[in-house]
Amino acid sequence: MGEEFSLEHRFQAYIDAENKIEPKDWMPENYRKTIVRQMSQHAHSEVVGMLPEANWITRAPSLRSKLILLAKVQDEGGHGLYLYSAAETLGVSREQMIDDLLQGKAKYSSIFNYPTLNWADMGAIGWLVDGAAIANQVMLCRTSYGPYARAMVRICKEESFHQRQGYEIMMHMAAGTPEQKAMAQDALNRWWWPALMMFGPADAASPNTAQSMAWKIKRKTNDELRQEFVDKTVPQATFIGLTVPDSHLKWNEVTGHYDFGPIDWEEFTQVVKGNGPCNKERLAARNKAHQEGQWVRDAATAFAKKQQARAAAPVSATNPSAA
Amino acid sequence: MTQPDTWPLWEVFVRSKNGLAHKHSGSLHAPDAETALKSARDVYTRRSEGISIWVLPSSSIVASSPDEKEPLFAPSDDKPYRHPTFYDIPDEVGHM
Ligand SMILES: [Fe+2]
Ligand SMILES: [Fe+2]
Repeated sequence: MGEEFSLEHRFQAYIDAENKIEPKDWMPENYRKTIVRQMSQHAHSEVVGMLPEANWITRAPSLRSKLILLAKVQDEGGHGLYLYSAAETLGVSREQMIDDLLQGKAKYSSIFNYPTLNWADMGAIGWLVDGAAIANQVMLCRTSYGPYARAMVRICKEESFHQRQGYEIMMHMAAGTPEQKAMAQDALNRWWWPALMMFGPADAASPNTAQSMAWKIKRKTNDELRQEFVDKTVPQATFIGLTVPDSHLKWNEVTGHYDFGPIDWEEFTQVVKGNGPCNKERLAARNKAHQEGQWVRDAATAFAKKQQARAAAPVSATNPSAA
Repeated sequence: MTQPDTWPLWEVFVRSKNGLAHKHSGSLHAPDAETALKSARDVYTRRSEGISIWVLPSSSIVASSPDEKEPLFAPSDDKPYRHPTFYDIPDEVGHM
């Protein structure tokens, strides 16, 4: 007990001195658990996050936009892989994590349980959803767990085009026909509040925040990140002539931030619990894709085995000249 | 004459400080992993270059062939839309 205490003290002092924790370093069990949980949820979010956009790849309005969307969705798949690998440095297996996701036991970002109704949603997702994710991920580039931080640096680099391509779609639609502008506004109306919820519960309702901040897993609280996002995004909406759907939204001269209206946390809770508009659909789509990909994995394994057997066999047995 | 050198070759990766990834430093010959690790310390970290070392058999590295450079890497060259600079975003909306 006493030894554990001093180990934890040293661990905290090490973190306080801005050192990174690496896989073989001693760490409190709860730190390990928190990091594994956060990295696996993050990985799941990247993977499930492909679904709402993949829905529109075949219906992109031009070859240019199709190439871009394809490239973006491809990136998200890669992000999932980086994060699963980073989590594996702590001894959890990818199979287990994916199994938890497929069985509905694991969480992923609540935002991906909303439907993508039309092309404007591709703009809103890139601009708002990737924008919110980037705010969080830029912070995580300085998280205390080394492999997580390094994965984040790579991801942030790749993300940089995601938000810009989304905003470009919104910019073009907002400057288009009245119908196109109305679509852009409608997409903003539908995605604004769920995007704000992406940062998680208010600080007052988030009991784990203090420990995560002390361990420097997080560097900013949910509310701080949310405020940062609002302050950055509101002028971007105004610039293209769109209106953020919040009647309470007002610039506050004293604080130097935007004041914004209350978030419907009941909606958030319901979506997290599995009762969002698309929870079942997303999980079903993920399971279907996993099952339908089974033959590819089987074929790859069979091929590898065959190659190994060939390499091990005596030359005469595989010599095709005999045939 | 003397026995030929049958010790395998090991690749050495050194982490210079926590937070950074292990980076390839070079290689060395050693009879086993333990000795490779010790030799790597002596050869590659004499001036405090590292705080962690990885060694792995060179034979376990699978490398792409220089002949395949074209088919492997050229396809990325015509995909400028993977870069942020491909998009014209006005300066007025701030860094994105
Ligand atoms: Fe991503
Ligand atoms: Fe993204």
